[in-house]
Amino acid sequence: MSSDLNELYQQVIVDHAKRPRNFRVLAQANRTVDGYNPLCGDKVTIYVRVEDAVVRDISFQGSGCAISTASASLLTEALKGKTLEDAEALFESFHQLVTGLEPSHEAPGLGKLAAFSGVCDYPTRVKCATLAWHTLHAALKGEGEKASTE
Amino acid sequence: MSAPAAAGFDVGRIRRDFPILSERAYGRPLVYLDNAATAQKPRAVIDALVRFYTTENANVHRGVHLLSERATAAYENARATVQRFLNAASVREIVFTRGTTESINLVAQTWGRANVGAGDEILISALEHHSNIVPWQMLAEEKRAHLRVAPIDDRGEVILEEYEKLLGPRTRMVALAHVSNALGTVNPVGRMIEMAHRHGAVTVIDGAQAAPHMKSDMRALDCDFFAFSGHKLFGPTGIGVLYGKERLLEAMPPWQGGGDMIRSVTFEKTLYNDLPYKFEAGTPHIAGAVGLGVAIDYVSGVGLDEIAAYERELLAYATERLSRIAGLRIVGTARQKAAVVSFTLEGVHPHDIATILDRRGIAIRAGHHCAQPVMERYGLAATGRASFAFYNTKEEIDALAEGIEAVKEVFR
Repeated sequence: MSSDLNELYQQVIVDHAKRPRNFRVLAQANRTVDGYNPLCGDKVTIYVRVEDAVVRDISFQGSGCAISTASASLLTEALKGKTLEDAEALFESFHQLVTGLEPSHEAPGLGKLAAFSGVCDYPTRVKCATLAWHTLHAALKGEGEKASTE
Repeated sequence: MSAPAAAGFDVGRIRRDFPILSERAYGRPLVYLDNAATAQKPRAVIDALVRFYTTENANVHRGVHLLSERATAAYENARATVQRFLNAASVREIVFTRGTTESINLVAQTWGRANVGAGDEILISALEHHSNIVPWQMLAEEKRAHLRVAPIDDRGEVILEEYEKLLGPRTRMVALAHVSNALGTVNPVGRMIEMAHRHGAVTVIDGAQAAPHMKSDMRALDCDFFAFSGHKLFGPTGIGVLYGKERLLEAMPPWQGGGDMIRSVTFEKTLYNDLPYKFEAGTPHIAGAVGLGVAIDYVSGVGLDEIAAYERELLAYATERLSRIAGLRIVGTARQKAAVVSFTLEGVHPHDIATILDRRGIAIRAGHHCAQPVMERYGLAATGRASFAFYNTKEEIDALAEGIEAVKEVFR
């Protein structure tokens, strides 16, 4: 595999794509939003239980490519226990990372999410990486029940 | 323009006619396998566009000056080329449009609106591209007519008995793809048109995927309307054709109003122009039509029978080569197929396949191919699709197969 593909399909991404974490319906969710990328048909549903402005629990379901599945999976891991304020900050950092506005080494707070740093070299795949995040954003903002990358 | 040697198909020589095929992608030779989306252009077409804008450009059907005469002659020659290509009875049956989509919409908005009423039925197949679904849905909604869909079997063939059962006294229109863009299925449109005509229905054939690969003979097919796009036939984008039987076109109301489609205009009454100009409002894509004419000459020079034979070889080779890959499933196994291979790979989403292949210089399409109902029929969100043209080679199919093996490595 060429080195730039290694950058995109980092081991942690392939791992989460094949074995997504928190991949289930969350019966106790008090925020549920569907996300859809009309360009490729990727679908994701994010379930969140928010209490006292803290993400107590979070899960997802859906179907999509490796990038979008791994992104949703890692998102749920990163967000559990975070305050809404932290979640918002993470959303911003992640967005800057995958659109190439912020190099990963300047975003130490991203942790495992830094694995998505290669996405910015693949403009057509940025939406795959951000679908779950846009969906989460809509869930936390309480904006309707559908999020879209378009 | 070059033609292949009489004996055998000289693909090397043909490839040299297509400048873009010597491009490199990410440092590797470009392997272009997205021909069902759009085809590459031979130098003859590219040169024709330059020549037109360099020596002939003017508006058509208006000026008395030299350039306008040249441009009009070039434009009308292109129409005559299309007429011969389609074996249409007359140039009056050849309307230039922006492409297949516009051609189908033209029929829906003119013949359709004038002839389809409440309770009438429009019949399509389950194989259709969105462009042969949505215009009919819009018409059906407006007229309170019903859209009926002939189902396909697991191979991706329209079930003819079901199709025939859906034809009835209320069937006003039948709209069918000659070749499915998503699966490659070649529909037996000759028979299907005959069956539709027995029930008095008017037939519209979406020839977008057929025109580049096989002979499209209007008088043999006997369809009422036929649509295709220039850009899939190695011509420019933005130009396409609607063929329609003269008596139908004659009886149809115009679609768009404007210049060129009129004979005389007063504020009280406008008299419409003769065919085909009645349906060509505004300045047409003159250079595009000229380029399309040259593309047709090029394809005819190579020979559609020779192209079809060579592409059959490519399809057989690709089918055999890809079938050997463990975990790969070919979607669409019709007995009559054009050179399109739609596939899935176990455990890997088509978009990831396409991205990894892309970095190896290989261009395929991943997605629903503007045919979501086809994907739904197979319970899939997307497939990968390699679609071939007569400039593709077996070596490129080998590169595709090796690329897919590399995709599996990433997700091992």
